[in-house]
Amino acid sequence: MGKRYFQPEIETMPVEQIKELQNERLVKQVQHVWDNVPYYRKKMEEKGVTPADIKSTADLHKLPFLTKDDLRDAYPYGLLGKPKKDCVRIQSTSGTTGRRVVAFYTQHDIDLWEDCCARAIVAAGGSDEDVVQVAYGYGLFTGGPGLNGGSHKVGSLTVPMSSGNTDRQIQFMVDMESTILCCTPSYAAYLGEAIEEKGYRNQIKLKAGIFGAEAWTEEMRQEIQNKLGIKAYDIYGLTETSGPGVSFECEEQTGMHINEDHFLAEIINPETGEVLPEGEKGELVFTSLTKEAFPLLRYRTKDLCVLTRKPCSCGRTHIKMSKPLGRSDDMLIIRGVNVFPSQIETVLLNEGMTPNYQIIVDRVNNTDTFDINVEMSQEMFSDSLGKVAEKEKQLVASLKAMLGIQAKVHLVEPKSITRSEGKAVRIIDKRKLYG
Amino acid sequence: MTVKQISVFIENKVGGLATITDVLAQAGVNIRALSIADTSDFGILRLIVDDVFKAGNALRENGHIYSITDVLAVAGDDKPGSIARIVATLAKEGIGMDYAYAFFAKKENLAYMIVRVEEMDKAAKALRENGIHLAGEEEIARL
Repeated sequence: MGKRYFQPEIETMPVEQIKELQNERLVKQVQHVWDNVPYYRKKMEEKGVTPADIKSTADLHKLPFLTKDDLRDAYPYGLLGKPKKDCVRIQSTSGTTGRRVVAFYTQHDIDLWEDCCARAIVAAGGSDEDVVQVAYGYGLFTGGPGLNGGSHKVGSLTVPMSSGNTDRQIQFMVDMESTILCCTPSYAAYLGEAIEEKGYRNQIKLKAGIFGAEAWTEEMRQEIQNKLGIKAYDIYGLTETSGPGVSFECEEQTGMHINEDHFLAEIINPETGEVLPEGEKGELVFTSLTKEAFPLLRYRTKDLCVLTRKPCSCGRTHIKMSKPLGRSDDMLIIRGVNVFPSQIETVLLNEGMTPNYQIIVDRVNNTDTFDINVEMSQEMFSDSLGKVAEKEKQLVASLKAMLGIQAKVHLVEPKSITRSEGKAVRIIDKRKLYG
Repeated sequence: MTVKQISVFIENKVGGLATITDVLAQAGVNIRALSIADTSDFGILRLIVDDVFKAGNALRENGHIYSITDVLAVAGDDKPGSIARIVATLAKEGIGMDYAYAFFAKKENLAYMIVRVEEMDKAAKALRENGIHLAGEEEIARL
């Protein structure tokens, strides 16, 4: 019989105690950052704040924000909170440009991160009786390593499949009698279809899935649950704060419990930076309370969501966040990869083209499609079909190198891209990700 | 002797060609010959017109991307074997063609073949030496 919680004393800790723990850890963490991260210390000095000003979480709002731009400025080692020799791992987002995020871990950080993932697995009904198939990518991406480590902590038999190779995934799922699947929701849906097509539905033993790294709707949850005959749980995280496991769903499936002993969450008005009261929609900001190597304070996630502390029937006392309801910037997540329109602009300019483009993202058969319309320009055009096609191919290759995923490029007539009030519409996202 | 051809970018979609021919019609440009080379999502429309200058202006004003290329307009009698003769002459000289298309001029009772090759001068010389007539701008405009 499995446990209900991985760390019951923490996960069901009375709210007052959690807040006390957070106060204590925040004070310590601010001192740690002040002493060891000159980049952030300078930001604090510019704001006229010292560690003495931060006595509890009530003072959190006095601290400066960190953004992705800071991470880029400080790349690669500028935000390190521990000497390099104390760090044992990096993980990274897929971006190949200045947008790439590289996060660092001490062994202690990895331990805590894996604890968080273990909590998510247990919340999804996992125990040492389970066979956990991890079909997130392994390597720099946090998905595979995070859930892999969590699964070990739970004591589950871990199947480190990594992503892709659908036939082999299904074969292992059948042969190993996997009971819990961890991957992106779009891959889960795809697997569901493949299993149905091959007629393996009766041979799989899955009971639950933990799906994250991209936005998905309730409709998609229903579809995955029906196709695979499982309960589908959401998990949230970002490389900047560790990876998956910052928050996770319990059996109620009504939002994700944030691991508040490690992460302090705030919701702010993305325009003004002002902290909003519980229940209001705004940008999610995280302060990592326990990370040693990459201790980000007030990191702006750009994800818009709502927090609630309404008691949960699962018994967990940690605050819950809604599924992300949108983004406060123009970042797109396509097939699990972060894409910024500005990256496409950079490629076009590098290729000597005018940056008149439009991104069209859709979801067909639960897989993201990614098309880029590029307006033909005099520079790119010539009388030779071969030369133009060659330039188009070169563009596709440069985009792939920059973004890390393949886009379908279409050359279109000049001025044919929709303009609203003179401004070109850069993104058409037809996926309805946010319900 | 060469003639000027207008090459226009067209998107591979229904109505793509119509947009361009409409622009030219509005400008009073007469199309002598037309050919399209395409991939799955775009194409190049190649045109021989009576007034290249007028056509270019009209296309630019309507926001189309085009380029002007020198091509050979090779004339032959309207009878079996005349195109074969042109092609054989170029082949014999080892001149490869980038592309070619043909049209018929009723008034002159001549078939014209539009040819684009890498070595334009060499091709023109070879054709002339074999007694094959090359048309110039004025001849095409007069048709």
